[in-house]
Amino acid sequence: MINEEKVLSKPIFSVNDLSLWYGEEQALKKINLSIANNQVTAIIGPSGCGKSTFIKTLNRMVENIPIVKVDGDILYHQKSVFSNEMSVEELRTRVGMVFQKPNPFPKSIYENVVYGPKIHGIKDKYLLMEIAENSLKRAALWDEVKDRLKKNALSLSGGQQQRLCIARALAVSPDVLLMDEPTSALDPIATGRIEDLILDLKQEYTIVIVTHSMQQAARISDKTAFFLMGELIEYDDTQKIFSNPTNKKTEDYITGRFG
Amino acid sequence: MFTQRQPSIRKKASIGKLDLIEAAPKLNIEINRNRIARRLILNNSMRIVFLIATSLGIVILAILLYRIITDSIGWLNLDFLRGNLSIFPERAGIKGVIIGSVWLMLIVIPVTLVLGVSTAIYLEEYAAESRFQTLIKVNISNLASVPSVIFGLLGLAVFGRMLNLGSSILSGGLTLSLLVLPIIVVASQEAIKAVPGFLREASYAMGADKWMTVRKVVLPVALPGILTGSILAMSRAIGETAPLVVLGIPTLILRIPNSVMDDFTALPIQIYYWTLDTVLTREYANLAAATIVVLLAILFGMNAIAIIIRNKFETKF
Repeated sequence: MINEEKVLSKPIFSVNDLSLWYGEEQALKKINLSIANNQVTAIIGPSGCGKSTFIKTLNRMVENIPIVKVDGDILYHQKSVFSNEMSVEELRTRVGMVFQKPNPFPKSIYENVVYGPKIHGIKDKYLLMEIAENSLKRAALWDEVKDRLKKNALSLSGGQQQRLCIARALAVSPDVLLMDEPTSALDPIATGRIEDLILDLKQEYTIVIVTHSMQQAARISDKTAFFLMGELIEYDDTQKIFSNPTNKKTEDYITGRFG
Repeated sequence: MFTQRQPSIRKKASIGKLDLIEAAPKLNIEINRNRIARRLILNNSMRIVFLIATSLGIVILAILLYRIITDSIGWLNLDFLRGNLSIFPERAGIKGVIIGSVWLMLIVIPVTLVLGVSTAIYLEEYAAESRFQTLIKVNISNLASVPSVIFGLLGLAVFGRMLNLGSSILSGGLTLSLLVLPIIVVASQEAIKAVPGFLREASYAMGADKWMTVRKVVLPVALPGILTGSILAMSRAIGETAPLVVLGIPTLILRIPNSVMDDFTALPIQIYYWTLDTVLTREYANLAAATIVVLLAILFGMNAIAIIIRNKFETKF
């Protein structure tokens, strides 16, 4: 099952016996895994297997649903995300998130990017502009939008909107980026650009990405976790998962026998 | 026709796909042509029924407008808008009445906007789904349909007598505020509810707290809806008579109000009194008609503003 010899020396996230319920229904069953620094970790599995639920527990977004009950622990930099030492707001500043459907605010491109810095109290116009430029460059969007920063973000194409959402997440300088099927609403070309971007971002950020596409997981991730019915079936190097999976269920899934 | 052959389809469907295709029923073109012709006749007659229903309302409104406008001709002029109230019809003007209505709005707008929008934000964003919250929501919806005269009685008891504000502008304004508050709460709730959840999610995922999210994301997107609802509620307030009658607004005031503690008269109430006194002085009917035209012009103007705001500023996702 989980490769015990490869215990990471300094994981950014350690998930210990994590279980989660939506009311009576258990969505995650005793998940244990560690996520390494500056790597891309892909979460794969059929619909309803709990993969989205899982990454939403990493920044505690899942708790916005009132009936959710969580058991077990998640350590972020060796500190429990559920403890009082770190507020949810601080956690989410350091663990950014990009959603399935591009969700820019109906504001200008510039206002979208500086939203995070502004709510965290940065007022200096020059500093904000610098952050905006820097974030848009990192999200590989700067060249396309530098002449129309004041235009409404909803006027951008779907792929540009998604990169804008990435830029917006980067603007508060997180060290982890959670991505919940970020390309599922995009065409193949826009998807390719986001995938290239993820490979670039890996130098500076730790990325956890939920994906429906096994090819995508194989192309961009270092580690892959396979979820099924709320259980973590297998977690290993991506290469190993896709060439020589240990578990029969993993093999069935990646060879397309179900899911 | 379909009906006769359907049982056999069901039976064959269980055998296999190929059988189903072979058994596909054919429409009898001749029979069906007659049926289509009959349906088209019904279709056309329904259209006429609906047209009559619609025109009935419009015709009645047109007659009303025609009578009012013909009655007001010769009476509605600049002198009428600029003059003070008088017992002599030829000399009467409604400057003080318009000012009274404006004063009322100056109380109603800030009071209802602050209270109404705050209530809506609390109910939609802060209060968790609980029985208590559902109870409040249902009650607010019910309040919106309470007859206005009841609010007048409440205003008389609380503002007029208990707080000793009498029939002042403050007393009238607060009473009208109570009256339209539920409308604004419900309208604001709808506008806030219509803000897509993914925008809130985006904000929370950046480490924003609730108030930041409400202030920077939810309210700006909901604002056109809130304003539209508020303007419609204001036009309800500006046209209400019953609560003010209950408060005991004096029939004839010659002085123009200049503070919230002054007595006042307002457009709908002046229309009411002039109409009542038509039995004494026939020309009062013309004064009432002219005032109605002024009130209607204000109402249409407010509704137009509401429509413009809705069309121009609403974000589509």
